[in-house]
Amino acid sequence: MNARAWPRALLTVLLGWLVLYPILVVAREAGRADALAAFATRPGEWTALWASIWISVASVALAAAIGVPLAFLFEWLEFPGRKTLGALIVLPAVLPPFVGVIAFLFLYGESGFVARAVQGLFGLQRAPWRLQGAGAILLVHAYSMYVYFYLFTRAGLAKLDASLVEAAQTLGAGRWQTLWRVTFPLLRPALAGAALLVFMTALGSFSAPYVFGGGLRVMTTQIVATKLNGELSLAMVETTALAVVAVLGLVLLRRTEGDDLLTALGKGTAPRRRPIRRPGVRAVATTAGWLLAALLLLPHLTLALVSLVPYGSWTTETLPPVLSLVNYQRLFGEPERLRPLANSLAMAAVSTTAAIVLALAAGALVGRRPAGRSRGPIAGLMTLPWALPGTVFAVALATTFSVHSPLTLRWVLVGTTLLLPLAYLVRSLPVTGNAVLAGYRQLDPALDEAAASLGAGRWATFRRVTLPLLKPALAAGASLAFVAALGDFVTSIVLYTYDNRPISIEIMSSLRVSELGVAAAFGVILMVVSALVLGLGARR
Amino acid sequence: MSFVVLDGVRKRWSDTVTVGPVSLDIARGEILALLGPSGSGKTTILRLLAGLEPPDAGRLVIDGEDVTLLPPARRRCGMVFQHYALFPHLDVGENVGFGLAARARPERDRQIADALALVDLAGFERRKPHELSGGQQQRVAVARALAPEPRVLLLDEPLSNLDPTLRERTRRELRGVIKRVGITSVFVTHEQEEAFDLGDRVAVLHRGRLEQLGSADELYERPASLFVATFVGRANVLRGATARALAGGSDGQVLVVRPERLRFAPHGLPGVVTERRYLGGAAFFQVDTERGERLEVLAEPDAARVGERVHVETTGVMTFPEEHE
Repeated sequence: MNARAWPRALLTVLLGWLVLYPILVVAREAGRADALAAFATRPGEWTALWASIWISVASVALAAAIGVPLAFLFEWLEFPGRKTLGALIVLPAVLPPFVGVIAFLFLYGESGFVARAVQGLFGLQRAPWRLQGAGAILLVHAYSMYVYFYLFTRAGLAKLDASLVEAAQTLGAGRWQTLWRVTFPLLRPALAGAALLVFMTALGSFSAPYVFGGGLRVMTTQIVATKLNGELSLAMVETTALAVVAVLGLVLLRRTEGDDLLTALGKGTAPRRRPIRRPGVRAVATTAGWLLAALLLLPHLTLALVSLVPYGSWTTETLPPVLSLVNYQRLFGEPERLRPLANSLAMAAVSTTAAIVLALAAGALVGRRPAGRSRGPIAGLMTLPWALPGTVFAVALATTFSVHSPLTLRWVLVGTTLLLPLAYLVRSLPVTGNAVLAGYRQLDPALDEAAASLGAGRWATFRRVTLPLLKPALAAGASLAFVAALGDFVTSIVLYTYDNRPISIEIMSSLRVSELGVAAAFGVILMVVSALVLGLGARR
Repeated sequence: MSFVVLDGVRKRWSDTVTVGPVSLDIARGEILALLGPSGSGKTTILRLLAGLEPPDAGRLVIDGEDVTLLPPARRRCGMVFQHYALFPHLDVGENVGFGLAARARPERDRQIADALALVDLAGFERRKPHELSGGQQQRVAVARALAPEPRVLLLDEPLSNLDPTLRERTRRELRGVIKRVGITSVFVTHEQEEAFDLGDRVAVLHRGRLEQLGSADELYERPASLFVATFVGRANVLRGATARALAGGSDGQVLVVRPERLRFAPHGLPGVVTERRYLGGAAFFQVDTERGERLEVLAEPDAARVGERVHVETTGVMTFPEEHE
């Protein structure tokens, strides 16, 4: 029995209560015969579950189809503007999901800029299309999720040793053969990792199906609808079903990941970028690159433009006739309108701080264990929320904390302002936990021992050596957690109260009353703050 | 009066790996080398002294104070780590001043400057560790360990990370610094030359046990065991008939002969010279005997030629009982 056994047990229990317990409560409540029968017999349920699965798989395919070729292009070829474009191409990532969806609505929606332009061009009586259904959802998913494939593949390619490719060529393999027999097999872990991330994100995606779904229901929107209908037991069954699919997907995709041979082989020299020599081809490639960047930036620009449109001033024109800062003035001038912003900032700050504290505690207790050894239930519990869609956690927390039963560690938090930040905290645990645990793994244990031999006690060592060395990891984890909480819509829509309504909910209510400009202004603020925080977190 | 005492100290790592029980007395101002092959337990003993590992049994005393249960932060043992463990986020001055946190600013700055001057790095305060060469990093590590004026200085393979060309000079400088400060020091090494050169006395460790403690001469001339005889210095190890032919003696004994204790003679053990390694003032000759054993003879460079049939006799042997694994 060592001195850390007690704190370790305590942290395990706390994390178990936060992360695992609510899921178990839901699973138990789902085990009611009438609810199970309702789920099994209603065709709508199976349709929604199936839609969730096939849309997620299709999202993976689409994101890969865009992200992987782009990664090869930027990693292997040299052309003017490659660096700038390569950075711009990750822009969809700084758009919080719900804000991205709103931007798409303004841009490609029934009365968006593109539809209006087409309508005006051909003199059509009505909008040429409606942005609705599976196609619309997939469009948003492809736009926001190809970044994972792009980044993972580029990282994999950068680790690829040029001599491996050259060896294949000296053995007589042509360019395509080398690609199929050497490059892709070595990239498998990177591709599988990206596929996993996209699948999980798409499965948990709520904003796109909620806004663009129309008649199409996926499991996340189905759960929220069922809950609003008051069929709580059925909502539990649906939540459990979605959780099961998520875990199955996780297990299946982890299987295909395989060993990371590139890392095992050690770092080689990445192949040198091949310049595009023919001037004509180069001009075309460069133009295409900038057009692509413009296309990727359009949603951001749209949002900025719409945020400048005063209420009621834009009716049938292709472009808004009046632009002014009136929306921002109203937003910052009326305390009641500023409330959601203050709420979101405060809740994100509190939940991120708490998640960082828990991650640091986990790091101090199990972070030093060598790579081979298990980090035990603590690390597992911290990662669990990543494997489950946000809706699942929102419903689980709402269910668990709607009962006053201190003996089973349940209190009534539903309807209080505490529950939403608690949900943000749970959802932040994987990202802060991963960052801090990875940071701990890179610390040289001799540094601690050196500090001790120089007279520093445990706390002084933590404050003077460990914490400063963990700073980059902490900044990265905290910024990601903060941005996710700030832009959250999935859990907020289930758990918010009027007093702690966050920005995303305010955007939704503004849209309901057709205050597009105000909604867009909130979106712009969210986007700018997110980009700033992410930039701060990435600074070395 | 011993300054540092290890009394029956033992650390069990697993069912098969145990270090100790080891008892050692170290005098005030002495430099003790812990010498042994890897896995012999020398680093464990150093870490037990530093308090980085708790012993399972035994007692540790420094300057009359029982420190067995004292945490490392309160032992006042300075330690130089194998890879130096300089704090990468702090500059050289802050590294050296790390152990002086409790003191007032002007005094601390003066002590930092003194410690750096001691290792010939005056004025290096604002450099970052990664901007220094390996040798400079090593000296910063020494300065950092000495700055808080510890009672004992512990060094874990302090020279193993240096260029071979740099090692000898650094070794002499390190000994100079330690002797100037007059601090009682214990260092770990697996290189005999380093142990002999830097240590006043050498403790030879083997499989977690202390085999022998003595000066370099004692270890070489009067090894206490077959292991010490073969680990310290070059040695011909002979058994059975060859041993009897060379020096008489009985069965079950192992004969150890230093190469300089063998010479070519008109009579003696016959063999053929198969290799000659020229050293300058002398040469090593490899002689294969008729029984297929191989002897190493240190002699004048022109004492024999490769391919020549020779006879070998001895001027001094050491005998040990056979050691069973």
